[in-house]
Amino acid sequence: MRLPDNKGHFGPFGGRYVSETLMPALLELEQAYNYYKKDRKFKEEFDYYLRQYVGRPNPLYFAEKLTRKLGGAKIYLKREDLNHTGAHKVNNTIGQGLLARRMGKKRVIAETGAGQHGVATATIAALFDMECEVFMGEEDIRRQSLNVFRMKLLGAKVTPVTAGTATLKDAMNEAMRNWVTHVKSTFYVIGTVAGPHPYPQMVRDFQSIIGREAKKQHLKVEGKLPDYLVAAVGGGSNALGLFYPFIDDADVKMIGVEAAGYGIETGKHAATLTAGTVGVLHGNKTYLLQDEFGQIAHAHSISAGLDYPGVGPEHAWLKDSGRAEYVSVTDDEAMEGFKLLTREEGILPALESSHAIAHVMRLAPKLPPEKTIVVCLSGRGDKDIHTVAGVMGVSL
Amino acid sequence: MGRIDNTFAALAGKGKKALVTFITAGDPDLETTESLILDLEKSGADLIELGVPFSDPMADGPTIQLSSERALAAGTTLPKILVTVKSVRRKTDIPIILMGYYNPIFMYGVERFIADAVAAGVDGVLLVDLPPEEASEFKAVADRSGLAVIFLLTPTSDEERISKVARLGSGFIYYVSVTGVTGARSSVADTVFSEVQKIRGRVPLPVVVGFGISDPAQAGAIASVADGVVVGSALVKQFEEFNGKELHARLSSMVSALKAGMSA
Repeated sequence: MRLPDNKGHFGPFGGRYVSETLMPALLELEQAYNYYKKDRKFKEEFDYYLRQYVGRPNPLYFAEKLTRKLGGAKIYLKREDLNHTGAHKVNNTIGQGLLARRMGKKRVIAETGAGQHGVATATIAALFDMECEVFMGEEDIRRQSLNVFRMKLLGAKVTPVTAGTATLKDAMNEAMRNWVTHVKSTFYVIGTVAGPHPYPQMVRDFQSIIGREAKKQHLKVEGKLPDYLVAAVGGGSNALGLFYPFIDDADVKMIGVEAAGYGIETGKHAATLTAGTVGVLHGNKTYLLQDEFGQIAHAHSISAGLDYPGVGPEHAWLKDSGRAEYVSVTDDEAMEGFKLLTREEGILPALESSHAIAHVMRLAPKLPPEKTIVVCLSGRGDKDIHTVAGVMGVSL
Repeated sequence: MGRIDNTFAALAGKGKKALVTFITAGDPDLETTESLILDLEKSGADLIELGVPFSDPMADGPTIQLSSERALAAGTTLPKILVTVKSVRRKTDIPIILMGYYNPIFMYGVERFIADAVAAGVDGVLLVDLPPEEASEFKAVADRSGLAVIFLLTPTSDEERISKVARLGSGFIYYVSVTGVTGARSSVADTVFSEVQKIRGRVPLPVVVGFGISDPAQAGAIASVADGVVVGSALVKQFEEFNGKELHARLSSMVSALKAGMSA
């Protein structure tokens, strides 16, 4: 059965837990999305921008030196880092931007953690001539000053969020508040496969281009499907984009890599599926980091893009149904992944993607050379240079 | 008939409208909450809304966000709030409604929460992020236990949603006067009056209006068309400046003035 159901549920997860003010807007969005996803012109336009503007298809690159160094399965990198704006996020913002335009909305808002989704939203707002406001936690603004400046250059207003933990979840709260207040004029561009229905489904569908391309490319060079898919999971959009087109291919193992921060046992992490419990936040039922009274906990990760105490509801379902496996990687291990890929392949991965690389460092050596792993290299690491330098004790 | 229905019936019999006052449970602590409930009633409140603090209050403006943070920092939890309600219930019959977000209740367990809330003397629940589409399980259990489930209607609700809420709601309907978050505002939108009249014509329950109502004149104007008025942020704002006896005196005088404004 294809999920979600018509109310947006993936098994017990997902749904639409929002205030009444937003319900009509979500129903309107759902109706528009269901119409345009089957509309030939809309699909042609989406494909056009992915090809001519984003630069798709991007390569499925055989990381030969990394493979040799780890001495096991063959490692392929799906190069989302080569997209315009430097990450997978733009696949989704092109889709939502085109939808916003069709719905006659002149203003877009977004939340952002690492700034990648904020930049991708500001980019399409410039391209499609829309007013843009991005909500970003003050702590993240400090960590990601380069992306903040990029958004401003693109003409977006960046609004700092000081409430709560001043990170991604608080930015999302503030974006929701702004949306409630300006719901008639404004389209809320959610950056991950979370939030109320239809966002988890819609973002997954727009991101599925990652897996569709990877499948075709892998079949062409290897003559078979990959044995493993590995991707980092914060909210989970790059992972679901890679996984979804393989969901019926039962032999393809899917592994999501969460951020273990300082270590699961320290409580300072963002490994929602590994160590969380089921609850309701930001419009959907899913795994959350929370206390026994249902108060949301602080997440921690070296990577601002993974620093989120929830996860997309479809990942919750893939975990509980056993279709996908979820593991976690600490800040230190992610740094090792970052350094290894940089030195072996000359590719600086985003700290988010470095988590996936770090898990491949554990997985590949245990597998025979005829096995293959496709890793989603979701973004490039330029934005993280200051964080990396800080960890290495270098002042720039 | 429960305490909510009785209260609205008694007020209607006298040609009066309900004053609903909102404070956050546990701000600054639950002992204060308990004594304030009794003071609010003495000063003229007809129903009490107690906010259940949540770490991520997405539908609230800065005043109630800060109040929730203070309450959580003071160690307020849903089990402790139920203990407070149980204690105050021995001293008053004023209807008490818990208002908040779904997650703390989901974590407590829906069936267990409803049983414990009714046993403590809670009369109704308003969960901001549990719209009719997701409320059927909660509503079924609440109906069996006699707990009212109060739903919101807003300026964005169309005819279809108004009828959906009319079918599902109990206790009263809470009409949100603005498309926005909670917080005091200097004026009330003109459309409120026609919207409330429209809803009252279609819904068999009392309709109260909230969000942004802060002074006696606004309360009076709303009371001329609605069955009741909710005042929240304007009261909660006082907790930023006052505490102890001063806070009690401050809230009492505000509530008396609001009540007077509604009878003028």
